[in-house]
Amino acid sequence: MAKRVGVEVSIAVADAVKLANADVIPAYPITPQTHIVEHLSDLVANGELDAEFVPVESEHAAMSCCCGSSAAGARTFTSSSSQGLSLMSEILYHPGPMRLPIVMVVANRALAAPISIWNDHQDIMVQRDIGWIQTFAENGQEAFDLTLHAFRVAEDRRVSLPMIVNIDGFTLSHVIEPIEILSQEEVDRFLPSFKPRVRLDVKKPVSMGPVGVPEVYTEAKMAHNEVLKASKKVVVQAWKEFADLFGREYHPVETYRVDDAEALLVTMGSISETAMTAVDAMRDKGEKVGLVRIRLWRPFPGPEFRKAVGKAQVLAVIDRCLPPGAVCGPVGEELRSLFYKVPGAPKIFSFVAGLGGRDVTVERFNEIVSKARAYAKKRPTENYEVIGVREQ
Amino acid sequence: MIPEFEKFKGFSAKNLPKDEPLAPGHRACQGCGEVLALRMVMKALGRDVIVCNATGCMEIISSPFPQTAWNVPWIHVAFENAAAVASGVESARKALMRKGRIPKKHVDILAVGGDGATGDIGLQWISGAFERGHDLLYVCLDNEAYMNTGVQRSGCTPYGAMTTTSPPGKKSFGQATWKKNVPAIMAAHGIPYVATASPAYYLDLMNKVKKAALVNGPAYVHIYSPCPTGWGSAGERSVEYSKLAVETRVFPLYEVIEGRYIMSRKITKPKPVLDYFKGQRRFRHLTDEQISSIQNKVDVEYEKIIKLSEMT
Repeated sequence: MAKRVGVEVSIAVADAVKLANADVIPAYPITPQTHIVEHLSDLVANGELDAEFVPVESEHAAMSCCCGSSAAGARTFTSSSSQGLSLMSEILYHPGPMRLPIVMVVANRALAAPISIWNDHQDIMVQRDIGWIQTFAENGQEAFDLTLHAFRVAEDRRVSLPMIVNIDGFTLSHVIEPIEILSQEEVDRFLPSFKPRVRLDVKKPVSMGPVGVPEVYTEAKMAHNEVLKASKKVVVQAWKEFADLFGREYHPVETYRVDDAEALLVTMGSISETAMTAVDAMRDKGEKVGLVRIRLWRPFPGPEFRKAVGKAQVLAVIDRCLPPGAVCGPVGEELRSLFYKVPGAPKIFSFVAGLGGRDVTVERFNEIVSKARAYAKKRPTENYEVIGVREQ
Repeated sequence: MIPEFEKFKGFSAKNLPKDEPLAPGHRACQGCGEVLALRMVMKALGRDVIVCNATGCMEIISSPFPQTAWNVPWIHVAFENAAAVASGVESARKALMRKGRIPKKHVDILAVGGDGATGDIGLQWISGAFERGHDLLYVCLDNEAYMNTGVQRSGCTPYGAMTTTSPPGKKSFGQATWKKNVPAIMAAHGIPYVATASPAYYLDLMNKVKKAALVNGPAYVHIYSPCPTGWGSAGERSVEYSKLAVETRVFPLYEVIEGRYIMSRKITKPKPVLDYFKGQRRFRHLTDEQISSIQNKVDVEYEKIIKLSEMT
């Protein structure tokens, strides 16, 4: 097994794409995703990766180009963030029902206005329902591993769906971390070459993306939903095989010190590591607090999440997204509906934190837990609360 | 001269392909000049082609699942992005052939869209694809308005024409702007081949499409496509209008080969534009004064192209 080296997470992601031997990379620059595609461009320019790097004129064109490339049978990768992800939004809805296994790494960033290049999850939450498989990485190693995992799952013939790996902008994308970069031989053992279900081929013509008249539209949407839900099995299988080969385990829902916990924090992405530190400190003080991290966001792993929560009575859910006018943040909403009228369900409290690059510190997690515990005794007046707002 | 053209002898009435890559039985309106043009485009290209279709009439009429009129591989993603989708198909084939994963064989990549998809909403995507130099051809089937959505004006709608969003009224005479010169915009990219064509001159049309496919790099063909439904014209007169548009100098036929303008058909004795307007409901409200102003503009624009052809 290779040894760990200090490397910027974006570079490690690009290296994963190179090790996956991607064929086509349509890319458009946007902070904080740029280092990923810059490095890929270098690798192609140096002949280290035999791929077509297509420097498109917008993110919308990037995703359009990805659709054409994937439909023609090429292993296709792109990366984006924030405004760029929003610009490609129209096209993000196509590769799912069209069964095009494009892989994209999203370096999560806030959405304007006001314009902000810093990290939160508003960009991806807007794209919650695009019908892609979506995972969240917590650290650099995960960003590398999950990128390889995404190719494996997306291109599996039982799945053939596009997949997004979310990595927090800057807090992950731009930091140097000790990461084990797998060798080509190791990657080849995990990731077979791409054999598409169908492709645009003059020898065997197919029509892709036809008009869906009312007689077929519902069935087409259903078929997509069914295969997306069923993809969880392949996601888990691929993680298991990854663990068998390389020793690193991944699960749809991860837990940390949840045994006997009364209150649980719920997080996604890189703040989970800070949350662990906070949980350790609270445990040291004798508080029965644990942490549940959602790694697989779509399809949502409901049974796994319920199991992870166990008998805990209080959930403090942290959203890194503020949907104006909504009942609460999207993760909070998801969990409230998951537990609706479930006997013995925990009380769920929704918090919004870490918008536009604001740090979510250990102290903030302490504050969230104590508030959730207090709310469990006396019901709060609001459905959610924004944490870490400046007084003045 | 472009070396790829040397071996191409051209289509004639004798060697016209009998094969129909775009099958009959699609759902186009009676007398549709656009599907007529598309049929000729596909006859010229044959079966070794991958088609990337923009949203629009041609996409809708040819692909109602589970039916399809396409005997060649065909993909539709969205309205504005056919050129970007085609860029992806072309890049994928390049990479896969180089890496030995698909047989080394040239296949034409056709992106096709209407005038809205080309000159309005899709302009940026085409510009990007042309600037990057992908080996593809883009065909615009110009029926001079958004017909698929119910005849709304586009940047390619001619001056004075009535559409549902440029209606004549007390304070309006119809479309208040002159038709956008999309072929000139495409030619400004410095791509090797640009041409205009009309289905009335079907051999000329097919030869131009074939040349556009033969060119190594991006190529563009802008095809005049009568729409009886949108224009309020008789379906059986579509070919006649395709001819009149050329004979009145309203739609000049030319090529731009490596920057050089070449007239395909010089109209020395033009018919008056009025001959072309007659029988089209979209022009029925125009006054003599307005028609005379349009006549002037048509003459000026035609002279510009003639001058360009003489200069280069």
